[in-house]
Amino acid sequence: MSMADDDIRPALAERVDDIAVTDDVEVFEVTGLAVRYDEVTAISEVDLTICEREITAFIGPSGCGKSTVLRCFNRMNDLIDSAHVEGSVLYHGVDLYDPRVDPVVVRRRIGMVFQKPNPFPKSIYDNIAYGPRIAGIKADLDGIVEQSLTRAGLWDEAKDRLRTSALGLSGGQQQRLCIARAIAVSPDVLLMDEPCSSLDPIATGRIEELMREIKNDYTIIIVTHNMQQAARVSDRTAFFTAEVHGPTGQRRGRLVEFDNTGTIFSNPADERTEAYITGRFG
Amino acid sequence: MPPFAAETLLHDRDRRGVATDRAFRSVSVVAGFSVLALLGLILVSTTNAAWPAFSAQGLRFFTSTTWDVPKGEFGALAFAYGTLIVSVIALVLAVPVSIGISLYITEVAPPRLRKPVIYTIDLLATIPSVVYGLWGVRVFAPWIDPRYESIAGWFDSIPVLNTVFNGRPISGVSFMTAGIIVAIMITPIITSLTREVLTTVPSSLKQGAYAIGATRWEMIRGAVLPHSRGGITAAVMIGLGRAMGETIAVALVIGSSSVVSARLFNPGDAMAAVIANQFGESTGDYRAALIGLGVVLFFITFFINSLARVWITRGRRRAGIL
Repeated sequence: MSMADDDIRPALAERVDDIAVTDDVEVFEVTGLAVRYDEVTAISEVDLTICEREITAFIGPSGCGKSTVLRCFNRMNDLIDSAHVEGSVLYHGVDLYDPRVDPVVVRRRIGMVFQKPNPFPKSIYDNIAYGPRIAGIKADLDGIVEQSLTRAGLWDEAKDRLRTSALGLSGGQQQRLCIARAIAVSPDVLLMDEPCSSLDPIATGRIEELMREIKNDYTIIIVTHNMQQAARVSDRTAFFTAEVHGPTGQRRGRLVEFDNTGTIFSNPADERTEAYITGRFG
Repeated sequence: MPPFAAETLLHDRDRRGVATDRAFRSVSVVAGFSVLALLGLILVSTTNAAWPAFSAQGLRFFTSTTWDVPKGEFGALAFAYGTLIVSVIALVLAVPVSIGISLYITEVAPPRLRKPVIYTIDLLATIPSVVYGLWGVRVFAPWIDPRYESIAGWFDSIPVLNTVFNGRPISGVSFMTAGIIVAIMITPIITSLTREVLTTVPSSLKQGAYAIGATRWEMIRGAVLPHSRGGITAAVMIGLGRAMGETIAVALVIGSSSVVSARLFNPGDAMAAVIANQFGESTGDYRAALIGLGVVLFFITFFINSLARVWITRGRRRAGIL
């Protein structure tokens, strides 16, 4: 693979918006985070701060634990019986892993979009209305549906077929539907786990555009395999890698570097980051 | 490696491979059509054997509730009614329990408990129906007999229900007893099939629901049930088929009384049970009438199954799963 193909600088130059590192309100403060599946530690020693109304990208090779870290922010790891989380994840000052915290309430504040679009086998309308309904919102569901679809850039394509099955939409439309479904409950944070990995470049472009549009209202954390994507949309970037650990040769994820996206891609402090973004590794 | 010679594409195919493929094709076609042929033959031969009764009784066979062997009057309606009532009672009791058990196994039970519960359910499904019937008539009926009266007492002043939950069982046997026994019999089958359906729900769908802040029950309503509706309906229909065709167990606990009664605690009779109880002693038109019951049962089952199939297809299309 030639280095030129993997040069990130053009992607940085293509950016339509400025990298906005505001340093204002801290949404998440992660300290000493480690996740293990039974006896196997997937990732450890993660310290990060996520700021409000910024897009933070998690990049790194497969198996580096970036998705695992992402799933700590809305307690999705709770659904895996063998997963154990150590350390603390403060959300506006409250530890998400405090035993008094209800994960259901957490997930209403912190939405998630998955790698593969996963609309429910229901109508488009019912997909969007699902969240507000379970949150007990009865008033103006029509308005919420319209607003969410509009924000997700799907209203014009979907408004005449709201009552038809969501599974009839294309992959890109389904993913935008999933974003609309996530924002219908007015969350504070959106977690996106490789949201474009199953989409074509045009649909990917639409999603990136959408992320830029909604970032004034939401704090977004995106896991991506696509470094150009991280360079195009994110304000800060965290680079993770997997290291061989101990005599068993077990691979364990590690946060290498976390900085302003411009710095990570043009002047990284760690040589492993440099190697990764220039395509010499991973 | 020698360069690829494109002419080899033009050569005759390996004759043996072609022959095997042809043989496989014929065998599977024959197997497929034999099902249809079997169905047709059963239909023709039973209708043929029942014809004397159909022609002698005319429409009365389907509309009369009188089953008087000495007088030669054979009306199937009371038994058809009994079959339907017993099946409905069985479904009403078995379906919620079955869905509950399957949801428990797939969504709630701790992983180490799942296997033992599944084994137990599957074991229950293999118990021969005569065992359920004997247990029903020797143990369950005597136990529930005195309780029917107090149950009737609860509904005493509620219109409609004071008729439905009423009647005089004979030592505990009645429509209700038969319905309960059949419910116990079909619960393992419906549970097993429903569980299979529930395990096909993609975990991405469940995670999607959880990620919006759904509780377990909200996740089940939003993701699991819409995805499984067609499959659960199919499971229920197979259960219904078993309930309608159930013979020995029903014959033992329904009471053998040819009456149409809305009082569920009264004894009654059902088509399959009548055939089993009376076939041995029957001759001539009497036997033809019993076979006629079989034909009616065949058509009712066929009709209900076709209806279910249409329903499932429509539901899937609406959800966009097809």
